[in-house]
Amino acid sequence: MAMKSSGTLRRREVVGTLLSDRGELLVIAGLGAPAWDITAAGDHPRNLPLWGGMGSAATIGLGLALAQPHLPVLVITGDGEMLMGLGALATIGVQKPANLSVVVLDNEHYGETGMQRTHTGHGVDLAGMAEAAGIPRVLRVRAEAEVAPLRAAIHEKSGPLFAQVKIDAEALPLVLPPREGALLQARMRESILGPQAHLA
Amino acid sequence: MDVAPAPTATWPDELFELLKAHQVRQVAYVPDAGHSRLIQRCLDEPGIKAVPLTTEEEGIGLLLGAWLGGERGVLLMQSSGVGNCINMLSLSILHRTPMPMLVTMRGDFGEFNPAQVPMGNATQTVLEAMGTLVRRADHAADVAPTADATLRMAFNTFRPTATLIGQRVLGAKTFGKE
Repeated sequence: MAMKSSGTLRRREVVGTLLSDRGELLVIAGLGAPAWDITAAGDHPRNLPLWGGMGSAATIGLGLALAQPHLPVLVITGDGEMLMGLGALATIGVQKPANLSVVVLDNEHYGETGMQRTHTGHGVDLAGMAEAAGIPRVLRVRAEAEVAPLRAAIHEKSGPLFAQVKIDAEALPLVLPPREGALLQARMRESILGPQAHLA
Repeated sequence: MDVAPAPTATWPDELFELLKAHQVRQVAYVPDAGHSRLIQRCLDEPGIKAVPLTTEEEGIGLLLGAWLGGERGVLLMQSSGVGNCINMLSLSILHRTPMPMLVTMRGDFGEFNPAQVPMGNATQTVLEAMGTLVRRADHAADVAPTADATLRMAFNTFRPTATLIGQRVLGAKTFGKE
């Protein structure tokens, strides 16, 4: 049964635009569809798609952004995953790392478990919560023309930035990344730190 | 509430020196009386980013992110917070991320508050069930050597480790009832 979202943007087109000309960009993806989305755009050593730890994506991005303040860090996650770790918005609001962006692909449903409605589908205002947490740049993205400016903003490192991107609730073919977590961690570390990463 | 270390206790300062010696750059914490002096020293140290959390499980994510970016982190919490971290510890096992935790115990030795006992009594079992290497210190002189050992095992062997600082080290708060 097709589920309706108030959003109309296509998730893989959005992610494809956000990850275009990615340069030094480091990407953490929440488990489920966002992990498949970043992989569909091309697997990359600077991608860490999560297979678990629901609710942790934003705080992983925070720790990485604090450790590498000169590199842009992008967390791409879903509304359900973000709702499970809302306290992270407050923790990010306190630390305010300028190089961190959190983009929530909001389809108002739990896509991996049978398309049950999330709180955003009942009207909970995630972007408003990010504003209230003290995150200085908050964007609400509904139109295709707003996606390329979001990509540019992520590379500006003048955040922290939070974007709620309203997407269609379409279910797309899975594009699975490697699922060996040690590999995923080691390859990102090596891409940032060089071979020295493995001698720490 | 729990009990802050006596001003004459040296182990909080010894823990701070250990964090510096191990080149720890990110210290995640949920405020705790037992760790109050250590937290303050970390906040005062320019070489350390002390990050207050809304819940302890955020610290597991933060430490994974720190390690991805080449920084060492430590999570400070009390035993009740361990219960908030359980599923997140799978991240450390999956990715082989060093994840050292320094845990002050409640519900452990002469506890007054009944609500602290279930989690305090389960802390070590639950951590070990999630693959965490756990060592205990029940005397002040053992705190720093035990923490040193678990920090080494976290950073050298890539896993979650915990030092449990026994309530016996801190004493139990009695809320005015002796």
